[in-house]
Amino acid sequence: MTATAAPSEERYRSGPRAAISAKTLRKDRWWAEPTITAAVLVSFIAYSTWAAFQNANYYVRPYLSPFYSPCIATVCLHARAGSHIYHAPDVGIVGPWWVISPAIIVLVVPLGFRMTCYYYRKAYYRSIWRSPSACAVAEPHKRYRGESRFPLIVQNVHRYFFYLGLLLNCILTWDAIESYHFASGWGMGFGSLMLTLNALFLWAYSLTCHSCRHIVGGRLKHFSRHPIRFKLWGYISKGNARHMQVAWVSLVFVALTDLYVRLVASGWVHDPRFF
Amino acid sequence: MSYDLTLRIWRGDANGGDFREYVVQAEEGQVVLDVVHRAQATVANDLAVRWNCKAGKCGSCSAEVNGYPRLMCMTRLSIFQPGETITITPLRTFPVIRDLVTDVSFNYERARQVPAFTPTAEQPRAPFTMFQPDVERSQEFRKCIECWLCQDTCHVIRDHEENKPAFAGPRFFIRYAELDMHPNDSLDRKKFVQDEQGLGYCNITKCCTDVCPEHIKITDNAIIPMKERVVDTKYDPIVRFLGRRKGTKA
Repeated sequence: MTATAAPSEERYRSGPRAAISAKTLRKDRWWAEPTITAAVLVSFIAYSTWAAFQNANYYVRPYLSPFYSPCIATVCLHARAGSHIYHAPDVGIVGPWWVISPAIIVLVVPLGFRMTCYYYRKAYYRSIWRSPSACAVAEPHKRYRGESRFPLIVQNVHRYFFYLGLLLNCILTWDAIESYHFASGWGMGFGSLMLTLNALFLWAYSLTCHSCRHIVGGRLKHFSRHPIRFKLWGYISKGNARHMQVAWVSLVFVALTDLYVRLVASGWVHDPRFF
Repeated sequence: MSYDLTLRIWRGDANGGDFREYVVQAEEGQVVLDVVHRAQATVANDLAVRWNCKAGKCGSCSAEVNGYPRLMCMTRLSIFQPGETITITPLRTFPVIRDLVTDVSFNYERARQVPAFTPTAEQPRAPFTMFQPDVERSQEFRKCIECWLCQDTCHVIRDHEENKPAFAGPRFFIRYAELDMHPNDSLDRKKFVQDEQGLGYCNITKCCTDVCPEHIKITDNAIIPMKERVVDTKYDPIVRFLGRRKGTKA
């Protein structure tokens, strides 16, 4: 590398800063956004943990909760009862030795995808880790190395979770199609609508992701030599500008979809049929 | 319509300082820099303030207004509540020289370290033939006026002075991105920007983007793409195995 040699550390410290003791002089409600973000994130984590470990009421034909799909353990075979033969999730890949909730097996993918997502990183670094809580608000930590060292350097695996997330989206799309397949034949219930919207929101979340944007075209030096990839990159870039909104909508909706399936499966709610 | 406005300005130098209050006359439609000049002309003749164009294009009048990094010349008084006291401090990330003037030479040290544009063998000299889609991507980064607000707000060095030797800052990450995305540049700076310039320190909390007066999407269009390019070359064995590294130059 032909760069000028890095100067000594002393050259970066040419004198003391202005002696201002206040951690921040901001007068606006800078705390509102991180507080709301933390509340929603913690609520989702609490609900999804409860739902994942409950190991019951996640299937009622033809609906399978997205938290339990694909249901690949023998322990979830009861989900097959009454289900259609083509119901993709009903495969006993993980044997009977798996005795806890089967949701734990698959939730690592969406969890990893969202935990390493560039938007959610901003959200929880600001709201939970307070690093920083808001712009120009002093953070409480004495040292900071960011994502340059273990463990946070692991955030660089995001694109692998993106690949796995695409696979999961295909399965959830299949679940959405299957949700129109009732015991009495093809039809549409409110749950079908929920599962379909859930799949669409998850696709939107994946396809507006920063890694997707990079892989499709962002890594190119010459857009002009790759007109199709450039076009696709342009579309994804437009969606990427709304990635935050899509991330929240898809997060809340996947929890609502699970809740709906759970309410129908437990008999609390009667699933209305459109046809 | 004119009215009385209370300014609370930090006055001092490297040996210490404190806030002082000044009441000045403000006019409807004015910006913060106007009333700072009014204070300088009427009640604080020795107030040190750096400014030049008064049009948001030179990046000189950067300061923190009510704790938020802003260009004083682009901050309208109308965004504040009537009767509100406006607090003005120097940039807190850099050493103070006097009053609102700071020593931003850290940034020039960092600028010197950026490996220069290195043209390809195909087009060794300007003028370069470039297509508009390729030009547009780096043109966004060329809007930077070097006001250093992004550097000031970045918590990596704002809250951790000890990180300055390891971290170049968002302004320079857009420079590295600009060069790395340039079709006629042949130098690979990815390892350098990750290992020597501290790209990994950034935790993408987007404050740099929030304060940029030129509305450059620093995080989404420069830092995250650079992080992904580093992943291509450093952390993605599949891409390496498939020999697709050439793809970044495609």
